[in-house]
Amino acid sequence: MTAEQIFFLLTAAVILIAALMVVTVRKLLHAALWLVLVLFGVAVLYAILQANFLAVVQLVVYIGAIAILFIFADMLTRRDLRDRPGQTRFNWWVAALLGLAIFVGLLSALLSVPNVNRTPAALPTDTDLVAALGTALVSPQGYVLPFEVASVLLLAALIGAVYLAGVNKKS
Amino acid sequence: MSFWNDPINFLADWLNGVLTGWGLPAGWATVLVYLVGITVLVVFAMVLDIGLVWVERKVVARFQDRLGPNRLGPFGLIQPFADIIKMVIKEDITPAGADKVLYNIAPVLSAASVIMLWAILPLAANIYGVDLNVGLLYVVAMGALGTLAVIMAGWASNNKYALLGAFRMVANMVAYEIPMVIVLLIPTILAGTMSVIGITEAQRDIWFALLSPLGLIIFMISAIAELGRSPFDLNEAESEIVAGFHIEYTGMKFGWFYAGELLHAFTFGGFAAILFFGGYAGFFGLEKLPAFAWLNLPLVQAFFFILKAMLGYWVIMWVKYSMPRIRIDHMLAFNWKFLVPLSLILLAATAILHKILVVLPTWQYALGMFVANIVIITATIEILRSYGRRQRLAEQRLSPQPVEN
Repeated sequence: MTAEQIFFLLTAAVILIAALMVVTVRKLLHAALWLVLVLFGVAVLYAILQANFLAVVQLVVYIGAIAILFIFADMLTRRDLRDRPGQTRFNWWVAALLGLAIFVGLLSALLSVPNVNRTPAALPTDTDLVAALGTALVSPQGYVLPFEVASVLLLAALIGAVYLAGVNKKS
Repeated sequence: MSFWNDPINFLADWLNGVLTGWGLPAGWATVLVYLVGITVLVVFAMVLDIGLVWVERKVVARFQDRLGPNRLGPFGLIQPFADIIKMVIKEDITPAGADKVLYNIAPVLSAASVIMLWAILPLAANIYGVDLNVGLLYVVAMGALGTLAVIMAGWASNNKYALLGAFRMVANMVAYEIPMVIVLLIPTILAGTMSVIGITEAQRDIWFALLSPLGLIIFMISAIAELGRSPFDLNEAESEIVAGFHIEYTGMKFGWFYAGELLHAFTFGGFAAILFFGGYAGFFGLEKLPAFAWLNLPLVQAFFFILKAMLGYWVIMWVKYSMPRIRIDHMLAFNWKFLVPLSLILLAATAILHKILVVLPTWQYALGMFVANIVIITATIEILRSYGRRQRLAEQRLSPQPVEN
């Protein structure tokens, strides 16, 4: 077992335990912070896969923006699950079985892929991967259309938010 | 390879040789050498931090027309050690009703978010932790971890002042992150890379401070806001919320916040040096002359880098001790209505001009970029002035008795 595999198994264990804590812990703020740990673990997975850009963007977007927004909203609310007796519904075991079935299905689908056990080819060191990603996003042969559609969608959301939050001067 | 040309790799190879000589497998020896390297880097940053305590106290004293610490040792140099001893032996209080785990993690996370920045800080061409090709985004990501630490401290203390401080800090950091990210794109455009080493190497002939002085100013403003230092120190406004998010922390736990803040300020001085003043290189091509070849020695480069970082740190202190605190609505309005549009305009102008002018010789290119920045600065000041005049006139018209002057 290589050091990389040990590191992967440790990270995966941390992610799974933290994900379980997100749904079982009873304080809302603690759940948000466990979620931060899950997202951080996913960033570590990206880093293990040498996807530096995705790893850092995961930190900036998910922890820096979304998780902080969650926590901010949590802080302004008092409602948490400590006020209620039970946290699970009577048919929780159906959901658990379903989850297990999906996991087994995905695993068998993955194992049926030929050569799933081979070691990955080393990434080329002479090309700048971030530059390649940037070029792919704006080149017509690449992903320029989805990229621009997403940009327009975000712009529309931005204008909508400004309109909703803006003071109506007529009234 | 000798010690003077490549000190870190020389020592690492030597240590690797010793460890494999003892019979360790090569893979484990590499892991151990990396661990030792990380420890040395962190210890270096923390020891530097002890020095910064003295620098900060001495400089603030001069700004406030005092002498500063001068009893312990020459020029009060032993004072920081006395400070540390005092902090370590103080009583460690955890308030009743505090969220104990979060309360104890927060100071560690706060200091860690700063020390992690040192992983990508190049002291010299071959003295650095790692050369990330997404270095600048990494800086933003670590800022996000710092925000998280502040939230955790404010929430876990179970204190209304601490929570208010945390709220203000988050509003501050989330808002000023945007001009920061936009202005970090300017060195990225000019150098064509996000790696801090690449950005430093691109400034061997000319500093980016000369190509984009406005970018430097916006970077310094948003860096000070990100640090939460005066005039943006609403998170610990003594006159309103006592000490803000770290109100309940005593002893060394407070020490971690304090040490983290000082090191953060110095680190942002270092980033200003890297992004705009050429970092360890940037001698305007002087090092290519045979008589100045010694400028390429790593320890000399590290000396110049620390010097430039100290200058940036000094500017941050200068602002901190000369400016009064600003109100939160002014702070947010300044960011959203002024800094964000200005940095967007600057980014667009820089990107277009860079594409057009990059074919010209260096001095024409530099002159074009510099003039464009000056034009933007002048236009901004002119717009602000006319807006201010209109505001004043409107107030005079509204008031029943016009002010005579």
